[in-house]
Amino acid sequence: MITFDNVNKYYGNYHALNGISEHVSKGEVLVVCGPSGSGKSTLIRTINRLEPIASGHITVAGQDIHAPGLDVNAFRSHIGFVFQQFNLFPHLSVLANCALAPQRLRGLSKHKAEERAMALLERVGLAHKAQAMPAALSGGQQQRVAIARALAMQPPLMLFDEPTSALDPEMVGEVLQVMRDLAHGGMTMVCVTHEMGFAREVADRVWFMDHGQVLERGSPEAFFGSPQHPRAQQFLSDIRSPFTASAST
Amino acid sequence: MLELIQDYWLYFLVGRYPEGPLGGLALTVLLASLALVLSLPLGLLLGLARISPWRALRWPVTALIHVVRGIPLLLVIFWAYFFLPNLTGHESGQFTTMLVALVIFDGIYLAEIVRAGVQAVPKGQLEAARSLGLPYLSAMRTVILPQALRHMLPSLVNQFVSTIKETSLGYIIGLAEVSFVASQINGLVLTKPVQVYFLLGMTYFILCFSLSRAAFWLERRQARVLKAAA
Amino acid sequence: MLQFDLHLLLSGDYHDWLLSGLLLSLQLMAITLLLSLPLACGVAMLRLAPSRFLNALGATYVELIRNVPLLAHFLFWYFGAPELLPQAWKERLYAGNIEAISAIVALTLYTAAYMAEDIRSGIRAIPAQQFEAGRALGFSFLQTMRLCILPQALRLSLPPLLSQTLNLWQNTSIATVIGVAELMYQTQRVETASFRSVEAFAFASVAYLTVSLLISGLAALLQRRAA
Repeated sequence: MITFDNVNKYYGNYHALNGISEHVSKGEVLVVCGPSGSGKSTLIRTINRLEPIASGHITVAGQDIHAPGLDVNAFRSHIGFVFQQFNLFPHLSVLANCALAPQRLRGLSKHKAEERAMALLERVGLAHKAQAMPAALSGGQQQRVAIARALAMQPPLMLFDEPTSALDPEMVGEVLQVMRDLAHGGMTMVCVTHEMGFAREVADRVWFMDHGQVLERGSPEAFFGSPQHPRAQQFLSDIRSPFTASAST
Repeated sequence: MLELIQDYWLYFLVGRYPEGPLGGLALTVLLASLALVLSLPLGLLLGLARISPWRALRWPVTALIHVVRGIPLLLVIFWAYFFLPNLTGHESGQFTTMLVALVIFDGIYLAEIVRAGVQAVPKGQLEAARSLGLPYLSAMRTVILPQALRHMLPSLVNQFVSTIKETSLGYIIGLAEVSFVASQINGLVLTKPVQVYFLLGMTYFILCFSLSRAAFWLERRQARVLKAAA
Repeated sequence: MLQFDLHLLLSGDYHDWLLSGLLLSLQLMAITLLLSLPLACGVAMLRLAPSRFLNALGATYVELIRNVPLLAHFLFWYFGAPELLPQAWKERLYAGNIEAISAIVALTLYTAAYMAEDIRSGIRAIPAQQFEAGRALGFSFLQTMRLCILPQALRLSLPPLLSQTLNLWQNTSIATVIGVAELMYQTQRVETASFRSVEAFAFASVAYLTVSLLISGLAALLQRRAA
């Protein structure tokens, strides 16, 4: 589904992504983890071109995403992206947030778009909040709406950039539940997250990144059970240390 | 001062209307309102051009903004007064001249207000809109501008206050706005310049002060709404 | 299209008129700056003084001045105010340079009202502990202000104050209304005498723009130094 071919990116002199060459299969649930500044958020943001790259190629569904003739907007409309800060549109109701893109980009009538939005809100358990404004919702509710908004475009691929990092601990669960249901439904997902429980339970594969490189890749059992790379081992022991109660930053 | 008001209040308010064109305070308010209404779309366009991702649009507009902001409004009025007839092919009245000058001048200042308003919207909003696949202009129209305009409302009211004060420069090209009419009255009465110009000042004060209070109230209400949402 | 005659601007009578106008505009700006800064500091402190009456005084000054257009100020100080003076003063004034004096009074009061607000913001940005430190040493309110707070506040207020200077520079053009022979006045004079509107206005535009860009450039330089 996604192929990285020797992808490099720099922030000034800092080598943010260093020769990334990886592959994500269709239907796969991939978790990308690593310490702060490892480049994991940068990597996921290159997939829908929120970040440019300096060299290399990224292919999504066989298409080189930096090809000159590519319609970037159409491309993005086929990828769902969920932000750490939710980024719901505060001036629109929850329903309008979800119905906006289908209406404007897929040409759905307002009625049809809202129908689709309502169905998705049901799916994430927030149909009763359809007319509310985002400011009236809790963080966990807002993030679930954000997921529904992304799903409204019926994308074959969903990207999650630290979706629970900005949430209070008691709300993390409700969002992870939605993500788990999505995964079980066969969605191709790439998740940057610190939630190791989710990774262990739901992920098909885990990548460990540090300093712009993917240092280790493997099944969750292999990664969590017997990490090979010394930095991965350090990372996991830091997380498991009794003195750091939660894995979130 | 009372007799002054009694004798000339109508002239002060509407000029020579209905025997002649509209003048006085009514003209001032009409001119300022029209200028604001017309300069808003111009300011929006210029402000968006100023921050657009296309250099070919951004650079000339930025240069234009810096040039117009570097010269006094009076000079813009004179340029309009002397060259509008050449451009349009026929004589333009003082009102039209003043209106054109104000729309250009205020449009440029509004462009900066729009720029600040748009840049104050959190970056994540545009990213979210673009991630959904919305093209840049559509994202601006449906997501960014509605939020930006709400923030800009107090600044817009303040701009209206500035515009009302700017109409006073119509005096210099003989437009019968309220300052000009006051001078006419002074020319008729001759013995009460202090009262005449004091009343002129008071008129502007009442008009502008109430508007700037409204802007202040708007700003306070917005701050409260933002705090409640946080 | 009219022909652009550069020679007109580079030598001769018209050139002299325009240059003298430019000079007078610059002088107006300089004198006003010199006078309005201390006045602005004073008004700012009035608004921050511990007395409600003084606060109201300062606020009234600012609101009265700012809500009336500069042109109306000019008209008042030129046509109206001299009438209030005792006869002897009035005669001396009319014999002397009443236009320039009225212009400077109007400009100073107007500019000071705006600068006072910027200085007040600057003062309020200084942490209260600074003021407490001054008082704790034994300085009075005014001394603390003058020695400890204002120097810091003025540095903070420099960007908006430069922006006000820019406005002041452009506002000098309105003095033409009461007959001050500054740049706008001379430009009109040249235009009337020679019918060369393009050259005259071009000169004025370049002159105003140059000084404006110099002031903006100074502001940008200071901002980069402060960062």
